[in-house]
Amino acid sequence: MFKQIFAITLMNLRNLPERLGASLVIVVGLAGVVGVLTALLAMSEGLGATLKATGRPDRAMVLRGGSDAELNSGLDRDSATLVTEQVGVRKGADGKPLASRELVLIAELPLKRTGTSGNVTLRGVEAGAFELRPDLKIIAGRKFAPGLNEMLVGKGVTEQFEDAELGQVVRIRGADWTIVGVFESGNAHDSELWIDTDTAQSAFGRQGYSMVLVGLESAESLPAFQAALKAETRLNVDAESQSAYYARQTGGSTAMIKVLTTVVSFVMALGAIFAALNTMYASVSTRTTEIATLRAIGFGPLPVVVSVLIESMLLATIGGLLGALGAWLIFNNYAVTTLGGSFTQLVFNFKVTPRLLQAGMTLALAIGFIGGLLPAVRAARMPVTVALREA
Amino acid sequence: MTEALVQINNVVKHYTRGKQTVEVLHGITLAIPKGDFVALMGPSGSGKTTLLNLIGGLDQPTGGEILVDGKRIDRMGNAELARWRAGNVGFVFQFYNLLPVLTAERNVELPLLLTKMGGAERLKRANVALEIVGLKDRARHKPKELSGGQEQRVAIARALVSDPTLLVCDEPTGDLDRKTADEILTLLQRLNREYGKTIVMVTHDPKAAEYARRTVHLDKGTLVDEPAH
Repeated sequence: MFKQIFAITLMNLRNLPERLGASLVIVVGLAGVVGVLTALLAMSEGLGATLKATGRPDRAMVLRGGSDAELNSGLDRDSATLVTEQVGVRKGADGKPLASRELVLIAELPLKRTGTSGNVTLRGVEAGAFELRPDLKIIAGRKFAPGLNEMLVGKGVTEQFEDAELGQVVRIRGADWTIVGVFESGNAHDSELWIDTDTAQSAFGRQGYSMVLVGLESAESLPAFQAALKAETRLNVDAESQSAYYARQTGGSTAMIKVLTTVVSFVMALGAIFAALNTMYASVSTRTTEIATLRAIGFGPLPVVVSVLIESMLLATIGGLLGALGAWLIFNNYAVTTLGGSFTQLVFNFKVTPRLLQAGMTLALAIGFIGGLLPAVRAARMPVTVALREA
Repeated sequence: MTEALVQINNVVKHYTRGKQTVEVLHGITLAIPKGDFVALMGPSGSGKTTLLNLIGGLDQPTGGEILVDGKRIDRMGNAELARWRAGNVGFVFQFYNLLPVLTAERNVELPLLLTKMGGAERLKRANVALEIVGLKDRARHKPKELSGGQEQRVAIARALVSDPTLLVCDEPTGDLDRKTADEILTLLQRLNREYGKTIVMVTHDPKAAEYARRTVHLDKGTLVDEPAH
């Protein structure tokens, strides 16, 4: 049986150069499908990874009751301080509650790509913000000094916006800020500008805060912390884990990308299946007599089916590999911006992971299989005497 | 030459085309002894190729019996019939039906791929078969590098290589000029006389039929006569 399959497959493959154009239809079609699918999934994966990395379950975000985002939340100074004194809040290295009262505003900077203004999240933070976010690293320069108009910028901001390099001065809401450092955290904060909270309040005439980020003793402490906040009659706040907050903020975008990916991939896959079917029907049809001759000699129908399937799946594999390779070369770590939850630019990198490549190859093989199966069965089922007459 | 290698008893063959049933063979009874060389002749549509296909196990009759070397091939399923063909029948077609991507020796080797024979032995046998048909020096040539006559010789070598008792030839000289056709027919005659192969050959050409030991005429699906040479 294997000798038969091998012989017919070898014959089919040796015949390929004579059917180069038709075979390329499968290869190019599949490369396109896998390339687009992988790129779309890489976008979803990259956005998801960036957002997932931003949140941690043992950090809680406290916003004004009923606010669903930092930008439309507001807490006065007393409330913000009271929040940090509740049960379940971890102590920092200085023995004080580990928390950062933060003020979130929108700033505008010119985008490198278009030259037009783009929104950037401007975050006023306290010293605790750095201890709460240990994944944040200063990669150039230093931290800002409290009380001075100094600013840290995320790595993504320097890549996407003009005039956002170390040492440059940017004008925001009528005040000049000197960029003294660049940080990298591998998450959504890379798309932000960080300044000292108190300095931000005085520069922008704000009294309160947008939210308080607190470090919890553990992820399990969250219910107790939430209960304590509810029990405190002087407070009207909502608390949730930071990971839940970011998942909620960006759930819409990732869901939309997933829907888009599914629809586009389905339509393209359908087209590729028909292209593969057409090509393999033509390919089998040009070899009707050869297949009939082999069957007359005594070759069984199963080796014919298997060999045609091997050919179509081999072509699909080549197409799939080319598409996956192209997607990996072009899109892996490709940085893009999108509107984040607060109408600010969120920078993230496409992530072409092995799992995505595997998904792309699986789709390619499935298309190759479906595209080859019907022509293969037709070739095997055609009566030998009828096929021989087609000579 | 008295023992019948092929025994056909009251064979009927119908084809269905759309809603119409066409009866191609009407109760054919024919015996072909071992070592015979039979030419099947008749006008187009007389059923000669259909009869040849039934003898070679490429098709199944609608009714009647076909025994080859004592075996009822009309009762075999497709897979069994394919195995039977591989071991018992060599086919020679009008248009040679060689695989264009394979060399002559690889074409001849094809039927041996259905045996348990090793690769070296297969090639050795293929070359012996090519030597019998006088084409050993063309073993590494592909079909497009050969003349029509040479291609048909390769096809005959392929039919011979598994040493079948029965050779089934459908218009083997239909695509060849007279001189080349005579060479091919002489070769078939030699295979019959020297190697004892039983040959059934469909032909339109009375000159080709002269190379056979006897001619069987068909007309409208019925055996007309069976004159001996």
